[in-house]
Order: sequence, then structure tokens, then C-alpha cells
Amino acid sequence: MATGRSVSNNAPLLEVRHLRVEFPTRRGTLLAVDDVSFEIAAGEVLGVVGESGAGKSLTGNAIIGLLEPPGRVAGGEIRLEGRRIDTLPYEEMRKVRGAMMGAIFQDPLTCLNPLYSIGRQLVETIQTHLPLPAGQARKRAIDLLKEVGIPGAEQRFDHYPHQFSGGMRQRVVIALALCAGPKLIVADEPTTALDVSIQAQVIALLKRLCREHGTAVMLVTHDMGVIAETADRVAVMYAGRVAEIGPVREVIKQAKHPYTKGLMGSIPSLGHRADRLTQIDGAMPRLTEIPKGCAFNPRCGQRGLRCLVERPNLMTAGGSLAACWLHDRQGVGGAVAGELADA
Amino acid sequence: MQSVAVLLTVGLVSFFLFRYVGDPVNAMVGQDTPAVEREALRVKLGLNDPAPIQFVRFIANAAHGQFGLSYRTSEPVSRMIWERLPATLELSFCAAMFALLVGVPMGVYTGLYPRHWSSRTLQAISLIGVSLPTFLIGILLILFFSVILRWLPSFGRGETVTIGWWTTNFLRWKGLEALILPSITLGLFQLTLLMRLVRSEMLEVMRTDYIKFARARGLTNRAINFGHALKNTLVPVITVTGLQLGSLIAFALVTETVFAWPGVGQLFIQSVQFSDIPVMAAYLMLIGLFFVIINLIVDLLYFVVDPRLRGQMGVRAGAH
Repeated sequence: MATGRSVSNNAPLLEVRHLRVEFPTRRGTLLAVDDVSFEIAAGEVLGVVGESGAGKSLTGNAIIGLLEPPGRVAGGEIRLEGRRIDTLPYEEMRKVRGAMMGAIFQDPLTCLNPLYSIGRQLVETIQTHLPLPAGQARKRAIDLLKEVGIPGAEQRFDHYPHQFSGGMRQRVVIALALCAGPKLIVADEPTTALDVSIQAQVIALLKRLCREHGTAVMLVTHDMGVIAETADRVAVMYAGRVAEIGPVREVIKQAKHPYTKGLMGSIPSLGHRADRLTQIDGAMPRLTEIPKGCAFNPRCGQRGLRCLVERPNLMTAGGSLAACWLHDRQGVGGAVAGELADA
Repeated sequence: MQSVAVLLTVGLVSFFLFRYVGDPVNAMVGQDTPAVEREALRVKLGLNDPAPIQFVRFIANAAHGQFGLSYRTSEPVSRMIWERLPATLELSFCAAMFALLVGVPMGVYTGLYPRHWSSRTLQAISLIGVSLPTFLIGILLILFFSVILRWLPSFGRGETVTIGWWTTNFLRWKGLEALILPSITLGLFQLTLLMRLVRSEMLEVMRTDYIKFARARGLTNRAINFGHALKNTLVPVITVTGLQLGSLIAFALVTETVFAWPGVGQLFIQSVQFSDIPVMAAYLMLIGLFFVIINLIVDLLYFVVDPRLRGQMGVRAGAH
């Protein structure tokens, strides 16, 4: 499977430990990302899924150091190749961004500066990070454009963003993210704004390029199809915490967390026809109203007393890790009647 | 084509406006001039012809730069204007430079650091600049720098040097000194306007995705702020600067009056008192011409700055 993956010397490429992101507001501090830990090995694709507001984009932004104020990293640590990056001063972090870590955002239409040719934007990024003379930087840029599948790269080099279609622009964005040879790309819903037919192409391209360059990817999305297609491992986020993390087959076939099960049940499949898709009742709690105990407990069909009082951390569950008391030796501590849970 | 239409309209307005300002013959002749002589003068000046004929004659002459003789001094109007034009243009130019070179950096700064106390202070001071009338600023500046401190002259152009028909302030220290107060007076409003405009545009641009993506690419702050952000604020800034440059020349007349600056604005004020129609008409046409020229330059600058407009032009040219 992972042919181009370089085997790392134990230390993962990216290590996120107990990350907390909070937003100070007038009515108190909101904890948007709460105690999130995961790691990404070199060359690995980690999918991050979850509903809107689950904290997946914020986690991505925290990693590239571009949280929008007033949001801030309130705790935990982020290490890239063993070097702590969440405490780096702005200028140091700037050198890491682009050179070590690339980022791709949601909307390719708005990510390119409309007033500069794509060639200029590529060369500018290359020369910021690599000591190349103009001619070589230009050559590298054109090679990259060819690599991302822009037809007539030499002529297109001097074209402006508005002269490209959405899919082509996203290819240019990918070229920009890759142009200084980063080891990790944080891709935040890179295909959400594109046509469905183009989504698959762009995802396939991203996957191929990263395998060829040995680049690891943190792929943030809410599209389970994309994850199943692309990722090596998946992290499922719910209400600012990781609910489950494990190899992609394990999570899809044998989900351990009731929330993940619900997510998988809500995906229509062609294989067997179901009259109704299963759905998870209720909605994800707002950040101000996260219940005590397990954040998922009001919507969970298997909750027990313990789920109402004690918050589960990630624990081994088969081949994955899940934050659910079902997988603890002591279990959920007895079933509770619905009325009690509502109280 | 549009420019020609604009100029014709300005011509029409100035022509008709001044038909009702007053009878110039009354101003030119003495109280006891007999009616016959007055009538002869009217015929000589063409004032008895039907209005359309007078208008066509006016436009035809104007196109040749001929605006007739001043009723007041009997000099050719074009020469009177040429003589005074350099003074007004130099004053407007200095005021515009002052506004641009101080206003844009201040706008960038307050846009980048909107919460810093110095930005808030500048923002508050700029409100004063926007709301104080020009003549009051001029008078206050004269009071402070000329009367109390005695640093700078309070009126006139100081020393000038004549190159061909152009008289310039720039080559003599005294001339430059005399430029300072009027330029500040004239440019202060534009400065605060530009500053507030650039600031709000910068705030807007800094929130866009391409700025965030530029950060994600690890570009330096300088490249982001001045390369990517500032350039994207330029289109509205160019528009406003162009319009304001026109009004700088037009409204220079207030400043020129306050500082006794011998420019075309002052000439216009004097002409109004004498209902010297040819001079007033020529002045209005001149201002109209400046506005048209400036707008043309502004339109051309759009194409330089924004490739999207160039693209549209290409498509349109291709369609033809």
C-alpha cells in the first residue's frame, strides 16, 4: 500500500499532544479544541473527520500556526520532527511554514491573489524558502505546474488566477503548497468548493503527488468517501475532542465509538439497499453547552451512568483507539433510563 | 467620446450660467455712457446674437484655446490663465504629494495595527482633519507658524524662477518655504480621507483567504503587507485620488484666497466680483478639462493594476 512511505526512525513527523485551543469571549472562554492528541508519520495520510464545529479546522490552523485571533493555543504541544513549533516566535514559524509545512484551504477561487500571475506567486514562494536564482525558480515552478497537470504550463505560467477554472486553480494551489518541498501538508477541506466530478481528480492528484514526494498529509474533511479513498488512518472528532482514531479500514468496517458507528451508518452505499439511512438523533452540543462526562452522551444509545459523570480518554479498542467507556474493562457502569439522563 | 461630451456639457453650463450673472456692459462702461455707445459695445462683443450662435462661437473658440478678451483688463483670457496656471498646478501637486506620501503610509499602518494606541490616536485626529473647513485650517496655520513662530511666510509665492512661460517655486528656497503652508492646508483633508480609505481597505484585504494563504506559504510580512495587501487596496485608492486631485485643483481657490496665492482660483474670485464672463467661462472649462484628463489617467491606471480588466478587454477585442 504505502510504497513511497519512508520509514521513520520511530519519532513521528508530526506529534500533537494534549492540544487545547480556546477563544476568549465576553461570556467566558470557549474551549474549541480540548485535549487532542495524535501523530502523523512521514508520508502518511491522516484523515480528520467530524461535523462542522467539531474543531477539525481549528486543529489544522493551530498546527500551521495561523489561528485567527482571538483564538489561541492554550495548552499542549505540537512537535514537527521532534522540534516544538507551537511556541516558536512568528518569524521562526514563518520559515517553517511553506518550507516544512504547506497548507491548502477550502476555496481555490479566493486563495490566489487576483493581481499577480500564478507564475509570480510560485516563484515568490520558492525564492522565499530556497536559495535559487530566478531562472531556476522559474523552471521549478513550471515543472510543478506540469506535475499538477496544468496543460501548456509554460504559457499558463504568466496567466492570472481569473483565467483558470476552479479545478485548475486548486491544482495551482496544490503546486504552491508543494513548491518548497514541505514534509507535511495540512489540507483543510480542499475539495468542498469544487464540482463533484473535479473533486475526485483533485484528491487523486493530491494523493499521487504526496506519495511521490513522500509528503505526509493531514486531510481535514467531512467527506467519508474521500477519507476511505485516500487516508491511511482516520481521526474522528466530536465537540473538540478525538472520539476515535485508527487505521482507515478498521474505523470504517468496525467502528468502535458509537458516534463513528452513527457516522458510518449515515453514508449511503450502493451495495445493499436500505429504505432509511440511520441517523444520529440530536445535534452536536454548542461549545458553551458541552455536557458533563462524555460529550456524546445525550445522543448515545449505549450510554451508562459512568458516561454522565466521567469523561473518557482515548483507550485501546481493537486495532484503534476510542474515547468510549464501552471499551474500558469496567464498562459504562450500568444502563441508565432515558429520564435520568435528561435530568 | 465620453470626454468630449463631458466637456461640451461643461461648456454649455458655464455658458448659460454666466448669461444670468449680470450685464458685463454695466461693469465696463461708466455711469454716464450714452445708450447708443452701450448698444455698440454689445454688438461688438456679440451679446445681441441669438444664444445658440453665441454658444457655437464660444465652443469653437474654446477648442482653439481662445476665450476672448477679459472684460476687466482687456487682456486675452488665455494669457491671463496661462500666467497663473503654474502657481495653481504646483500648489495642487504639492498638496497631492503631501496627501499621498503621508496619508497612504498612515492608512497602511493603522490598517495593519488597528488596535495599537497610536492607530487609535491617528484615527481620532483624522476625524478633525475631515471635519475642519479648509479656510479655518489655513488661518490657524498662518496664526501659528507665521504670526506666532514667524517661521514661514503667510502669503504669496515667495521667490519664483521663470522657465519659458512656466514660473516655478521649486528652484528657490524662499519659493519652497512659501509652498509649505498652502500645501498642507489644501492637502490635509485629502490626507485624512486617503488615510481612512486605505485603512478600511487594508482591514478588509487582511481578512481575505489569499492573505491567509500567503501566510501559509511562509512569505515575509513585508511581501504580504506591501506586495499582496497594499496592491489590492490600490483600485479604490486610485479612484479616490483621481477624483480628489481634480477637486484639489478646483478647490484650490479657497486656499489661494486665504494665502493670497496668485493662481487661477484667485483670478476666478476676482473675475466673479467683476462678472468677467470670459475668464469665468474659461476657468470652468479648464477645470472640466482637468477632470476629464485625470479620469482618463485613472481609467488607464486600472488596467495597469488589475489584470482582470485587461482580460475583459482582451475578450472584447477578440470578439470584434
